Amino acid sequence: MSDVNQPVAHPPVTDWVHDFDHTDPQWTEDPFPIWDELRAVGPVVHTKRFLGCYLPTTYEAVREIANDTEHFSSRRIIVRDVRPEITSRNAAPPITSDPPEHKPAKQLLLPPFTPDAMMKLEPRVRAICNELIDGFIADGKVDAAARYSNYIPVRAIAHMLGIPESDSDLFINWIHMILELGIKDESKLLQAVQEMTAYFGDHIEARKNNPTDDLISYLMNARDKNGNPLEDTHVLGSLRLLLIAGIDTTWSAIGSSLWHLAKTPADRERLIAEPGLIPTAVEELLRAYSPVTMAREVVKETTISGCPVKAGNMVLLSFPAANRDPKMFPDADKVVIDRRENRHAAFGLGIHRCVGSNLARMEMQVALEEWLKRIPDFRLDPAGTVTWSQGTVRGPRQLPFLLGKAM
Amino acid sequence: MAEQLKVHVNPDKCQGHARCKALAPELFELDEYGNAHEAGDGTVPPGLEDKAWLAKSNCPEIAIDVIEE
Repeated sequence: MSDVNQPVAHPPVTDWVHDFDHTDPQWTEDPFPIWDELRAVGPVVHTKRFLGCYLPTTYEAVREIANDTEHFSSRRIIVRDVRPEITSRNAAPPITSDPPEHKPAKQLLLPPFTPDAMMKLEPRVRAICNELIDGFIADGKVDAAARYSNYIPVRAIAHMLGIPESDSDLFINWIHMILELGIKDESKLLQAVQEMTAYFGDHIEARKNNPTDDLISYLMNARDKNGNPLEDTHVLGSLRLLLIAGIDTTWSAIGSSLWHLAKTPADRERLIAEPGLIPTAVEELLRAYSPVTMAREVVKETTISGCPVKAGNMVLLSFPAANRDPKMFPDADKVVIDRRENRHAAFGLGIHRCVGSNLARMEMQVALEEWLKRIPDFRLDPAGTVTWSQGTVRGPRQLPFLLGKAM
Repeated sequence: MAEQLKVHVNPDKCQGHARCKALAPELFELDEYGNAHEAGDGTVPPGLEDKAWLAKSNCPEIAIDVIEE
């Protein structure tokens, strides 16, 4: 079976309508015109790549699928070249759970992530942002993706979990292996999962004798509906999920927001003059540059927006494409930072709404507030290159800025 | 006489995005899981009508009704 484990180079896409590929460099670089082209063809398109996969192109089709857990399972949530067997080792409840298992697993994770809980965490996040800015503000230039946007979510979630913030680079590397390299190279994904499991296993063991006031101990103390403690595999799965889901995503959202502000001085100046508008702007930036594309597996034949979909195919559940649907959002292709009506789906729709949405919103808001307070003037460095992550989570991975007023 | 507004959250639709609580904190409350319900009987005090409509138009799950009585 060695061929299954080897990374496979995908042929370049020449026909997006019948042969789309979200790992193609063109999609990575600029997906928006591709989505417009596909949406003009129909609400659902199909590719034979990834062993068969649909893409809903409209907000309505995405909503229909997200709300239909009978025909669309979450047991596989990443569209990849392979469909490895589903085991408790690669499950990460509740994101990979369907009803009825989903609800109890989700309810377990919700209380630590309410808006009130996030208010308590906010001072630490503000301090993290300022520590990071201290590290580069005197240099006059910075790669904001590598030195700012990535460390905010990773250090915040480490703080919540009760693991050392100084292990951040370890976590960033695992996530890169799982979400990017793992799409085409099974062995990288397995290696990362194995290392994470061992890492968290040690932290769980340490807390068995010395309980702590953090999210790991919270999960260890949680009880299922029968009053029994969770199995270690459930705790480990949830910890893996929180780390994976909590980092790359918000890293991308903060990075895309800064990228937009670097090249849009009018929006930047308005937010500096009216900081009270930042929460509204965060929603619009989430809509326009939604980082997360999820997936479902079709388990029963049905129709979506009138289009037949067949079991055995995957679905690329593109919340980012839904959020660019002009039928749902007037001026969908423009960033309107004071947009008043904004039912964007950046955190998903239906029962799988992102557990960390309140955390992500707080981190984005604080990250932009602190950056704009201390670095009101910045722009893209013409000598550098902006690069974007490939695959399931889209955001800038290299974001070279010049800081200060242009000479 | 101005119309009296009431807000209502449909608990079967709410998924805890908490947009209503952020936009109209006077009109909505969250439970321990972060899911929303209307404050009190949902009556919108004078002056908060705009916030009621804003909350409704920003709910991704279309879970909020604004009722004109």
